Amino acid sequence: MLPTQLIAELKSTLGAANVLTDKEDMITYSFDATAGMPSKNPDLVVCPNSTEDVVAIVKLANKYNIPIYPRGSGTNLSGGTIPIEGGIVLSMLNMNQILEVDQDNLVAVVQPGVVIQSLNNEVLKYGLIYPPDPGTVTTATMGGSTMECSGGLRGLKYGVTKHYIMGMQLVLASGEVIKWGGKTVKNVSGYDLTALFTGSEGTLGIVTEILVKLIPTPEARQSFLAVFDDVDKAGRCISAIIRNKIIPATLEIMDNMTIRTVEEYAKIGLPTDAEAVLLIEVDGYRESVAREAEQVLKVCREEGASDVQAAKDDAARDKLWAARRAALPALARVSPTTVLEDATVPRSRIPEMLKAIRQIALKYDLKIGTFGHAGDGNLHPTILTDKHNAAEMHRVEQAVNEIFTVAISLGGTLSGEHGIGMAKAGFLNMEFGPAGVDVLRRLKEALDPDYRLNPGKIVRRD
Amino acid sequence: MSEFQSLQEVQHEVNKCMKCGNCQAVCPVYQETRQEVGEARGKIKLVEALLEGQIAVTEGLADRFLLCTTCGACTQICPCGVRFDKIIMGARAEAVRHKGLGSIKKYAFTALKHPKLFDFGLKTGARFQSLAFKRVSDKGGRARFPIGIDRKKIIPALAKVPLKDQLPEIVHVAKPKLKAAFFVGCMTNYIYPDMGRALVDVLTANNVEVIIPHDQHCCGTPVYANGEVATAIAMAKSNLDIFDRTGADAIVLDCGTCTDSWKHNYVKLLEQDTSGYKEKAERWAAKTYEISDFLVNVIGFTPENLGPVKRRVTYHDPCHVARSLGITKEPRLLLNSIPGLELVEMNDPGRCCGMAGSFSLTFPDLSDKILAHKVKNIAATNVDAVATSCPACRMQLAGGVENASLQHDVVHVVQLLAAAYRAKVQPKDQAAK
Repeated sequence: MLPTQLIAELKSTLGAANVLTDKEDMITYSFDATAGMPSKNPDLVVCPNSTEDVVAIVKLANKYNIPIYPRGSGTNLSGGTIPIEGGIVLSMLNMNQILEVDQDNLVAVVQPGVVIQSLNNEVLKYGLIYPPDPGTVTTATMGGSTMECSGGLRGLKYGVTKHYIMGMQLVLASGEVIKWGGKTVKNVSGYDLTALFTGSEGTLGIVTEILVKLIPTPEARQSFLAVFDDVDKAGRCISAIIRNKIIPATLEIMDNMTIRTVEEYAKIGLPTDAEAVLLIEVDGYRESVAREAEQVLKVCREEGASDVQAAKDDAARDKLWAARRAALPALARVSPTTVLEDATVPRSRIPEMLKAIRQIALKYDLKIGTFGHAGDGNLHPTILTDKHNAAEMHRVEQAVNEIFTVAISLGGTLSGEHGIGMAKAGFLNMEFGPAGVDVLRRLKEALDPDYRLNPGKIVRRD
Repeated sequence: MSEFQSLQEVQHEVNKCMKCGNCQAVCPVYQETRQEVGEARGKIKLVEALLEGQIAVTEGLADRFLLCTTCGACTQICPCGVRFDKIIMGARAEAVRHKGLGSIKKYAFTALKHPKLFDFGLKTGARFQSLAFKRVSDKGGRARFPIGIDRKKIIPALAKVPLKDQLPEIVHVAKPKLKAAFFVGCMTNYIYPDMGRALVDVLTANNVEVIIPHDQHCCGTPVYANGEVATAIAMAKSNLDIFDRTGADAIVLDCGTCTDSWKHNYVKLLEQDTSGYKEKAERWAAKTYEISDFLVNVIGFTPENLGPVKRRVTYHDPCHVARSLGITKEPRLLLNSIPGLELVEMNDPGRCCGMAGSFSLTFPDLSDKILAHKVKNIAATNVDAVATSCPACRMQLAGGVENASLQHDVVHVVQLLAAAYRAKVQPKDQAAK
């Protein structure tokens, strides 16, 4: 139970409508989009309207010694927003204004509650885009995706969220406000706080303003579907495309299980007997797209694609990408629980990773469909299971463990884009070793010694 | 069993939800409140907690289940195919089984159950309404006194003579190719008889005899949508008996929500019935048509008898027509077939207008905020009329454009069609009204 005095103080600061206390509401903030995580009701949900509100909340939380869990749309896949120790959920969605779009400096300033797609819709008016495009682009917030360092389909050519963050305003665990970065391309003053705070999962500070980089909308694009009767050939093709100095905006793979499931669900006309397909898109100036398109066709044929088709028009392109977007929904319909992993390896190791995942599926008798961002090595082995089946869930745990082990042994990482949160906190040692994990802990404790902000995520207080 | 009888029936749908939150992108309620309880995912979590026995049905829980326009946008977009439309109906029915209805609704629904009393009340109301409502335009009036209705809200005037009192029980045509029974929804009967007359005109222009049973009454949507299943079952049975007596080949309606009752929900409500009503409901469900569906897909509508109606029109897709019935092409085909009529698509024509029956009375501010998006999209099209296929949407949109000081007429598609038939017969009368 929270002190009634705290609730009264919050209500007088924020207005009663911005302080939720009913049990029915707490239940709706006890979870996020991550499968297989425990739910935990917060004691309170507060919805600040300004940086000043956030400061007031942090100071009250310090006064009453209560944890705070910053939350955007709650669409993350790492258990990153579950209020696992109880306390205050800080819903940032009322701070949803695009404060500035600066065409001369190619930047925008946004509040954390802005949905990524809303920013894109706004800057498109100026012929600009904000490239990071996680699958949740129409729901996830700028604050959430900044703090998770979201990736997406365009990572290979355009990078991920951290490559677009130029500055932030943050409220620290102490209640102090810091502001850093700016509209300059170059800025080496002090330590690189972009690298520190982007992807910090709300454990180091609460972001209240974000300065992001924008780029001009590519003039033209061309998409391809390449079909392979052998996963190794598809893997070699990925490397060959890059070796030939072509950097597609998007280079995606789907394995046979995914292809069959998507085809059954969406009837798009995918080759169900293919072992793998690559979906490729190059973009840029019209002339360079034409030149790269020729090369993509040539490389795919050389690498043994049994078929390569270039999308003839926008409708054909949309159909191709509809197939890719249908991957997760189609797999998710097969069974009640969908465990979506994002173990990532260097792109040259993709064939080995795909093979290992297939062996793991056999070994633990699980259905695993794999698709993902092949061009940047970020695969999504998707385990189709049922959380009510305890025996199978145990095998899922073992399989996930083994997927992580393989990814790291191939020079990869636990998480390419979903983050560590609660889901992978226990595995950090595997990637960093005890000394490495200790560095993470010391960073956390330097900025948040009381584990006030999003406790239980990344590094735990033991 | 269906979701109306037992909450267990939605367990499977609840299990399918992977909590991805994609529903946030389309939920009109969530877009305004930005709270988890607004969207489908949050309410599914509550139903889950209820099924697992973590919470009981409280007043607070029942209120939260009402926080949904039942627009169906989440069900349409859901990657896992979760039928939230079923979950919300099941949750509301469960709430009523445990808590009963709120007192205002109980009063209103008792009247709906007794059609004569309801009819008398509304006719009396039509005579005395100027005492309570200040007429602001031909679209209606605002409440003069705070009588529990938002005073900004434009409430259309009740018709002086309800539709059923204006029409005979059978409107004959020379050599009918079909006999259609017209289910007159409450709003058409008491508020918009012009729509109902237009529907009859269009049907007769297509050589269809129209039967209008005068003892028909409310379809029951407001009752079962709020979870009051027992009353809805009684109303469904009574309507089925009344229409059985018509011997009609089909039922035709000008309201997507009433159509949804006849086409889907009567069957579900009567699923456990063993006295023949289940079969009756199934029989009529197969012969029930929204008017544009009936014209285009049943009787082979052709545009040759249409005269010109020179108007720029945008079309609003009612939730229950577009998503519950899957009808979006037919109304557009009809509008495009009218000579001189230019159809201009608005942004997001399928976004809920915020009316949602009693939702707009329970949450007037929220309803207005949802409406504001629609009005903005309408204003951007630069048209002079808004067409739709639902009397409730018409009422909401008419209020919205009026309060925004826009000059649009808001009409049913069938009214524009009727005007086009009139324009052919009497070329001088080209007005669409």
